[in-house]
Parts: sequence; structure tokens; C-alpha cells
Amino acid sequence: MAFSHFIDRRKNPKGKSLGNRQRFLKRARAQIKEAVNKSLRDRSLKEIEKGEKISIPSKSTAEPRFRLDPETGKREMVHPGNKEFGKGDKIKKPPKGGGKGKGKKASTDGEGEDAFQFTLTQDEFLDIFFEDLELPNLVKRSLKEIKATAYKRAGITVAGSPTNMNLIRTMRNAHGRRLALHRPSTREMNELKERLFALERIAQPSDEEIALRKDIIAKLEAMESRRRWAPFIDPLDVRFNAYEPTPVETTAAVMFCLMDVSGSMGEREKDLAKRFYMLLYLFLKRRYERVEIVFIRHTHHAEEVDEETFFYSRQSGGTVVSTALDKMLEVQRDRFAAHEWNIYVAQASDGFTQSGDAKRCVEILNESIMPISQYYAYIEILDERELEVFSNEDSGAELWRAYRTFAPTWENFAQTRIAKPQDIFPVFRELFSKSKREVA
Amino acid sequence: MEAVVEKSNLIFDDANWDFEILQRALEAIEDIALNDLKLEIFPNQIEIISSEQMLDAYSSHGMPLMYKHWSFGKHFARDQMMYQKGYTGLAYEIVINSNPCIAYLMEENTMAMQALVMAHASFGHNHFFKNNYLFRQWTDAEGILPYLEFAKKYIAKCEDEYGFEEVEAILDASHALMDQGVFRYSRPPRLSDADRMAKLAARAEHEELNFNDIWRTLPNIEEDEEEKEERQAEVRNIKLPEENLLYFIEKASPVLRPWQRELVRIVRNVAQYFYPQKQTKVMNEGCATFVHHYIMTELYNRGAIGEGAILEFLHSHSSVVFQPDFDDPRYSGINPYALGFAMMEDIKRICEDPKAEDREWFPEIAGSGDWREVLKDAWANYRDESFILQYLSPKIMRDFHLFAIADDAKETHVEVSAIHDDQGYRRVRERLAAMYDIGMHEPNVQVVAAALEGDRKLTLQHRMHDGRKLNDDTKGVLLTHIETLWGHEVKLEEGDA
Repeated sequence: MAFSHFIDRRKNPKGKSLGNRQRFLKRARAQIKEAVNKSLRDRSLKEIEKGEKISIPSKSTAEPRFRLDPETGKREMVHPGNKEFGKGDKIKKPPKGGGKGKGKKASTDGEGEDAFQFTLTQDEFLDIFFEDLELPNLVKRSLKEIKATAYKRAGITVAGSPTNMNLIRTMRNAHGRRLALHRPSTREMNELKERLFALERIAQPSDEEIALRKDIIAKLEAMESRRRWAPFIDPLDVRFNAYEPTPVETTAAVMFCLMDVSGSMGEREKDLAKRFYMLLYLFLKRRYERVEIVFIRHTHHAEEVDEETFFYSRQSGGTVVSTALDKMLEVQRDRFAAHEWNIYVAQASDGFTQSGDAKRCVEILNESIMPISQYYAYIEILDERELEVFSNEDSGAELWRAYRTFAPTWENFAQTRIAKPQDIFPVFRELFSKSKREVA
Repeated sequence: MEAVVEKSNLIFDDANWDFEILQRALEAIEDIALNDLKLEIFPNQIEIISSEQMLDAYSSHGMPLMYKHWSFGKHFARDQMMYQKGYTGLAYEIVINSNPCIAYLMEENTMAMQALVMAHASFGHNHFFKNNYLFRQWTDAEGILPYLEFAKKYIAKCEDEYGFEEVEAILDASHALMDQGVFRYSRPPRLSDADRMAKLAARAEHEELNFNDIWRTLPNIEEDEEEKEERQAEVRNIKLPEENLLYFIEKASPVLRPWQRELVRIVRNVAQYFYPQKQTKVMNEGCATFVHHYIMTELYNRGAIGEGAILEFLHSHSSVVFQPDFDDPRYSGINPYALGFAMMEDIKRICEDPKAEDREWFPEIAGSGDWREVLKDAWANYRDESFILQYLSPKIMRDFHLFAIADDAKETHVEVSAIHDDQGYRRVRERLAAMYDIGMHEPNVQVVAAALEGDRKLTLQHRMHDGRKLNDDTKGVLLTHIETLWGHEVKLEEGDA
């Protein structure tokens, strides 16, 4: 049809607005961050896996225009749906800010003071949450044991794995070669074939036509053989993207996660501790691809376990906290030489241990662990009643008090408490925020 | 037997569509549009897109090519959430005033909806864009897409060159002045400004030919003497007061660099391009709705679509033209589809089957019979305000139960000033028409003085109408934005018009 035509655009790339979205997120960064932190208070870790709906004050991204003030001057508006009004009727104005219909009209397409709501994807959400957090004192750069390599583009090669094939180059080469070798195209072949069919349909061909037919058949055969000889794609054409491994200087870091799973820790406390470690784990995985994580749990004896067991299996028993510290040291000596590794420890416990053990813990820390650690975080899990009792920083369970005595001597030691799920995110931020350590 | 024969006439008989069915439907619709309604249209380019692409298009004024700015991202974020949570559906179509006239159809639409949307957008809106005097005079259907493409590239290049923040500051400030960035009364220079684009293109080409790394830093940072002279000549020609703030700032700002002037100019051109659409919502939607309603009904009468399709169409159509009463929680002003459609159907009725009242009110058209010509004349020569003033009939006022409310901010009560009765018709009509006069509800802020030497102070005046002042909440921010563009002190007075 002369006038109209259709175009199927469904295959066109979507996400054209991505650039705009990034600009928007950047613009409203501060407000979004605040909203993210606020929304994290009441969320379980499971929920983090999903995107999140957040609201920010619309003022922060307002697009102001000159507006007339509805509170001034005179105007006359027409509305539909009159039921009982007659000319001259007076109607009391609705209270300011309220009311439907007329009241609403005054601020048409102004967004007012309402919150602006939208959904962040999981990636955006986590990025913003972890944005200004980092492992403190990440200084020991291990040059000796460079395991990490990054692959860099290094031009084009003639050999490689099929997944790296460079189609454009390959096809371009093939095309050039086909042109150079005069490979007959399928179209040419088809044209000849059609002429041949036409000739063959003639019931009583003249001599001339027979000759022509023979000629075409011969040509076709020649073309066929030429096509065999000059294939569409030849192994010679194929090119691959080359990647070259380049060593990357890495900072080797290990995080020891020590968790008390003894009988004194109730299900609730264990759950809180696990949630904390889950967040830590998410943080490390996201921000530090190559951080080693060692999971150690303890009752009256300690063992190194895998991630699965650490988070999901149940165990119970008495409590000797120092066993975990011993175990940690054992693993450290075994696999993580102190001069090569940045060593981090996070310990979660309810603060109760066998009598006299707290003293021993302090000794181990003072003598062996603190000198080699970049950062040691002790998180005490309380139940809510205890939080009230221990509202003072100085009072607390056995371990807490013991740690208080030596904490001031180590700058890289932090202790804090968690009593309810809502505490986890603030405490986490406190422990790993950049700004806090700059002050310290 | 007959039923079977009839059935074979159907273009489609279920919800699914493919390009062949679309093509056949389009041909049937085109036949009615061109040969029966005698519409005159731009060639159509109909694009099928997915819902994600529709969301993309939504957030940037429905334009397929738009420069990047955070505000579009914000609208996208909201639309996306609203859509995903099921609070709102998406528009069935977006149509662009360009030549060819581009309409987007969503792939999710059923075939009956695709037919409706094609009739609505590709013929109704298309005819309106091509014929209405505002669009003919003030927009440039040929030039808009190339211009936007240029704008998009230019702004992207500026971002590379001068950084997001620099570009964003200028765009934010210019966007805030969009309502005051149009020529309302005098005819603007051509939107695409073919000369200027040609100049820019020529320069880019010249630089490509004389490839030189130093010159790659286009957009240029300093304007050359010739350009400066040209611009200052233009400034001298501006007679104050000037209603187009963006135009004045672009030309006369003492601080803007050439690329910044170009950004202001882009925003101004976009604002000007959309200005006719703001003034013809009722007519434009009314025209498209009238056309789709006529065509779909006619398709059904001709046996080209079945009962299922016509019922689906009527269901959708009636929700489009639904007008809640003022006391209904769903009320948010007068629905332009409802008013426009009702008025145009009414014009058809007056032409074909007038009552005594209609003969009294509309002697020129009542009973003339030729409603096609009357409607085409209205579509071509009116905007919302003048259309309502001319054609709103007592019947429509009664059907809508229209009434006018006078509201004086000083009083504690509002007063019903007119209702749909013999004494009230003219007043209601006049008031309703005035509501569609953009000058009534958009503040009229003009440049009244500018010291181009000395302290370079810029003085603006808000010309008040009926004592309505500017809202203080946004006034302060706006002044800051204007100062960003002007670079020196800006003063805003309020005075009676």
C-alpha cells in the first residue's frame, strides 16, 4: 500500500531508558541511600535477594515550574455532574489540603509533597547499601603468591576456542576470499538452473537448444566443483578473539567467622548471629571477590565447617569460647601466613563462657590474635531483656566485660551488641563504615 | 449458507494477530478513512513494540529519540513500578506528529485493539496533525525526528566534553522554564531551523574532512566574532517585554557559552513543538476517538469484524470516554476524550437531525447534512478554547450536567455562578472555553528589562490575571535556575496585567 507500512520493532533493544535511570539514581543518591538504610531495618536477608520498593521525598527530585497560587485571586471553573445546585448557591470551601475534586485540581500535575515511589533492582539495592563500606586496613599486598589473573583483550588470533570466535572478522575474511576466488553465488547457480529447467520443459528442443542445455549443464558442473573448491567458509577464514592472561596484584584477605552455637545461645540468638554472618558473607562476596572465608563454630569444642553447615545445621553443647580462638589460630598458622594475608575476625557469642575462660580468651587475643589481625569485631548477641539490664557500656556478660578491659589498647578491635533483627544493619554499617575508621 | 459467506468476509475472528491480518485490517480501515471520511493524512509508519519498549517511550514524552536526562529516568521508574504492580495499564498506543506519522502498537494488544488503535492513531490523530492550523503553523512534522536525533547526539557529546553535571545544570534550569519558553502569539522561527542545522552539519563535515585533533572538541567553547555579532544583532531586535524567557536568555545571557546556548535552544524547541498539543487536547483526542468509533462501527456494518470484536471495542471505547462526576472519587477534571467525542458526535447529529434549539444556536450548520465537511473544518481551524466557544451545544451541557463555580480566594464560600439552564448556557460555555486557554492557568512571566551593560540585572514581571499570584514554593527555586542561566542578579516583580 502506498500510504502505510508496518515495522516490527520488538527485536530492537529495550532498556533505552537505562541511561536516564542511572542519571536519576545518581541525582537522588543521598535520598535513596537514606531510604535504603531505613527499609533495611525490618527486612530479613531473604528479602534482600529481591528488589525493593522504596520511597524518597519527592522534593529531592522535584521539577519545579512557575505555578499560580491557588490561595490567591479569583477563578471560575466548570465541572460535570451537577445534581442539585442552582445558580447563586454557596458552598463552603473544603478545609485546606483536603477534599477531592476541586481541591485536587489546584495542584494538577504538580507532585506536591508526596513521596516518590519506585522499585530498585536487587543489584542497585545492594550496591547502594554496601556503597561506602569496606574492610578496614587492607594493607598487606601479597606479591609472592599471585594466583589471580585477569583476561585482557589481545587482538585477534587464528586459533582459539569456538566460544571466542569473532564472527564479524570470520565472515569478512570468508567474503573476501569468496570474491577473490570467484566463488559462484547461489543466486547465479539458481538462475542457471532455472534456465535449464525452462529448456528441459521444451518438448522438442532444437539443436541449438540442446547445445545450450549441454553448455549450461557443463557450466553448472564447473560451478559446483568451483564451489567445492572454494567453500563458503574455509578454516583459513576463521578468527578468534584473543585474550591474554595478565597477573593482577591482589590483596589476600581472609575473614574468620567465629560463631557460638552452644546451648546457652537460644534459637533466637543463633538466628541473629547467622543473619549477621549472612550479611557479612553477602558483603564480602559482592565487594571482595577473592576474600577467603573460614567458618568456625564452637560449643565446648570448635571445628571448621563449610558454609552450608555453618548457616544451616544445628548443634548444641557446652561453651568454651577459647576453643574457637585456638582453632582459628590453628587454621591461620596452617594456611594463612600472617605476613602475606590480611586477617579479619568476626566473633559472635552471647557472652557466656565457662568460668575463667574469658580470661584465657583475652590472653589469646592479646598475645596471638590481635598482633596479626587487621580488624577484630566482637558482636554480642543479647536477648531483649538483657539489653535493658546492660544498657551501660561497661556492664555486660562475662566476655563483654573481659573484652572491655583490653579493648582500648587495640585500635583495631571493635565490640558491639545486637538484641533484635533491626539492629543488624546499623551495627553492620557501624563496623564497616569508611567514615568511622577515618575518625579512629 | 449465508452465515458462512458472511464469515469469510471477516478480517479476523479471534484475538491473535499476525502481520498479514494487520495488513488486511489496515487496508479496510484505510478504505473507510480515505474514501468515506475523506481524511487527509501523512503516510503511516506503524511500529509494533513490546511493553518494555512502550515504557521506554513513555518516559521521554513518547518520542523515540530523546536526549538523556534524569527526569526521564524518574518518570520511567515510576511508570515501571505502577505498571508492574498493576496500578495502571499502558496506553494502547503512542503517536508522533511527524512525517511519516509514526504510531506504536503494543504486541500484547488483541487484534480488535490493534484495529481500534490503528483507526485512532494512524488516521484520527494523523489527520488532525496534518490539518490543524496550530500544527501546520507551529510545528515541523518533516523536521522533528532529524532534529531530535541531532539534539540527542549533541547533548551526549556535551556530556562527554563537559561532564554530566555541567550539562545537567543547564538542562534542569531550562526544563524549569519550559512553560515560559514558547512563543504564544508571534510565529516562531521554524522549529528545525533548516539553515542552522545545515550550518552545524556543514561544520561537522568540514571538520571531518580537515581531520584535526584540536577540532574534535566540538561543541565549541568560544564563539567566533561572526557568530557573536549575529547573536547580538538578534538581541537588539528583541522588543521588550519578551514572553519567551528561554529565547531571551539563549540570545542575551551574558554568561552562557555557545554549547550552553545550544542546550537552552534545544529545550526551547522541544517545548515549542509540544505547545500545540497542549492547546488541542480535547480536539485532538476527540477527533481520534470520533474517527475510531466511526471506522469500527462501519467495519462492523460491512461485516469485516464480528460481534466479539465489536463488543470488545465498545467495552474499551466506553471506558475511554467515561466521565466521572465532580463528586466521584475518580474525578480528576474533565476527560478530554469524553468531551471531544461527545461534541463531535453532537455536531454530526446537528448536521443530520437538528432540533429547534440547534437551529437557533447553530444556524450555519443545523440540518446541512454534510457533517464530514463541518467536522473537517472544525478540526482544521480551531483549538480547544475556540472550538468549545463555537460548538459546545446546550445538549452537551445538559448531558454532562455542567456547572460553573466562582472561587474568590478571599471568600469562605464558593458560588455556583451558572448551571445548564437557559440563563446559564452561555456563561458555562464561555467559562469552560476559558479553562482551555493556556494563558489562564499558566503564569505569564515576561522579561521587562535587562541591563546588557553595567550590572546586567534581569527584570522579570509576572503579569497577574484576576489577582492570582505565583506560588511561593516554586518561585525561589525558579529564580535560582534563571540566575544559573543569566549569571547575574534576577528580579521578579508581580503586577496586574
